[in-house]
Amino acid sequence: MTPVQIYLPIAELPVNVLLIFVMGLAVGFISGMFGIGGGFLMTPLLIFVGIAPAVAVASVTSHIAASSFTGAITYWRRRALDPALALMLLVGGILGTSAGVWLFSLLRAIGQLDLTIGLSYLVLLGTVGSLMVAESVRAIIRARQGKPAEIRRGGSHTWIHGLPFKLRFKQSKIYVSTIPVWGIGFFIGFIGAVMGIGGGFLLVPMLIYLLRVPTSIVIGTSMMLTLVTMALATIMHAATNHLVDVVLALILMVGGVTGAQFGARAGQKIRSEQLRLLLGLLVLAVGLRFAFGLVVRPDELFTLRSVEGVT
Amino acid sequence: MTRPHLSISAVLLALAVSVVPAGAEQLVTSLSNYRVSIASNFAGADLVLFGTVDRDAATVARRGGYDIVVTVIGPRQTVVTWRKERVLAIWVNAESRTFVDAPTYLAVLASRPVETIASPELQRRLQIGLNNILLPQDIAGDVADVVRDDPFRMAFVRLRGEQGLYLERTNAVTFLTPTLFRTAIPLPADAPIGSYEVDVKLFADGVMIARERSAFELYKVGFEQLVANAARYHGFVYGLGTAGLALLVGWLASVVFRRD
Repeated sequence: MTPVQIYLPIAELPVNVLLIFVMGLAVGFISGMFGIGGGFLMTPLLIFVGIAPAVAVASVTSHIAASSFTGAITYWRRRALDPALALMLLVGGILGTSAGVWLFSLLRAIGQLDLTIGLSYLVLLGTVGSLMVAESVRAIIRARQGKPAEIRRGGSHTWIHGLPFKLRFKQSKIYVSTIPVWGIGFFIGFIGAVMGIGGGFLLVPMLIYLLRVPTSIVIGTSMMLTLVTMALATIMHAATNHLVDVVLALILMVGGVTGAQFGARAGQKIRSEQLRLLLGLLVLAVGLRFAFGLVVRPDELFTLRSVEGVT
Repeated sequence: MTRPHLSISAVLLALAVSVVPAGAEQLVTSLSNYRVSIASNFAGADLVLFGTVDRDAATVARRGGYDIVVTVIGPRQTVVTWRKERVLAIWVNAESRTFVDAPTYLAVLASRPVETIASPELQRRLQIGLNNILLPQDIAGDVADVVRDDPFRMAFVRLRGEQGLYLERTNAVTFLTPTLFRTAIPLPADAPIGSYEVDVKLFADGVMIARERSAFELYKVGFEQLVANAARYHGFVYGLGTAGLALLVGWLASVVFRRD
């Protein structure tokens, strides 16, 4: 089959439609399997294909918006999400996104954006990946030995539960201060804007371990937050930087939402701790890839960056 | 489509009033296309340039024959070149140079190696070849070109060359007859849109005896143009549209793949 080339109007380069579609499909499969947006895979992949990082980040936001909308609808039908909690997270999320966009522009101007993205990916994915792998390996060993799975300690309280301004979230069956909810929302929005990710793979464990949101509600709620922040990020990027490539985004979306359906079905056939181990390994692998890029002497020490417009 | 007519009429006018001293060679050139359009299947293009050296009865014989150097300069853009250095085990962008209004595309096409066409001094004066093109850098507020073997300048030219945007070819201009020549200007797939200057210089016996300048336009057509314009001039609406499209695709998927 001859490669089908299409010219991307904003990225200003021709790409192979099939390659981009398959990338969307593959990332969609993974995102459906694990209930995450998949931005932390998609953005590096696009940069690797030769799309300018700024265009990749801006266009991936709409791809994540599409896939998380599909997911959110599914969870909404099952009533497996908490709109009130999502709304409170969103308050922090919007502030965080704005702060992230500001830092993004600043780092770009002083030429340290790539380094910051690399280090952030390394630290964040390295830590999260290691924790996930360790936790899931322990869970698998425990299951092999026939011991019952660790039950969520419903009654245990941490310092987080001592904070003021408490609100009751009925759907999640939690009674918690709004401060950590806003804080988590802010953090997810902030790193999402700086690193070009939806942040689902961080938000899910944070909601489970810090706020003790029931596992059944977590993914739907996380998708609802991601949907709104990423849709807003798309509009903000388009209005300020003019870097959203709608053709690229459309190919990614169609591939992404299709892949997500098959991923979700595949995910249901795998045991949850094995799923967490796989995701942990994947997160760790992307983190290590960035470590490699930072430590190994690059083939090319020089890079070009146009001051105005895109190249 | 006014440009070709203008240049042709300019040539005719020049001939009619005989501005050029009698006996000197005249250079007449034409491009295969003055407006190159980029559609969704654009994978690069070769633009053909034809030219002829006009002689009359009074023109002296040139024993060494003619030589042609074609310089094509694309739209200009300010570019920062960064150099990585090792800081605490990791590679960091440490030093940078700003190239002010550097051409985004630069092609030097000659009929022979440039060294054999003109003296080094003349090459520098006429900015012939990648080594002699002025690439001014912003050095603490002062804008000046630097020495040719400056590592940042060399890296800039090399990286642009790897992108297919800077090139120098010494046997690219072919003489079909002693006075009729042709060359192909290679435009890579990611050539930036905008106006490209074409500067054709005619040499004989080591001196420049005629020069012709023209230009062509690289632009986007159809859907691409529409999208690019919308993104640039109606960013907010375009963003809303893209976000709306995302929701539509997401919703469609949930309908199409619905199982319950």
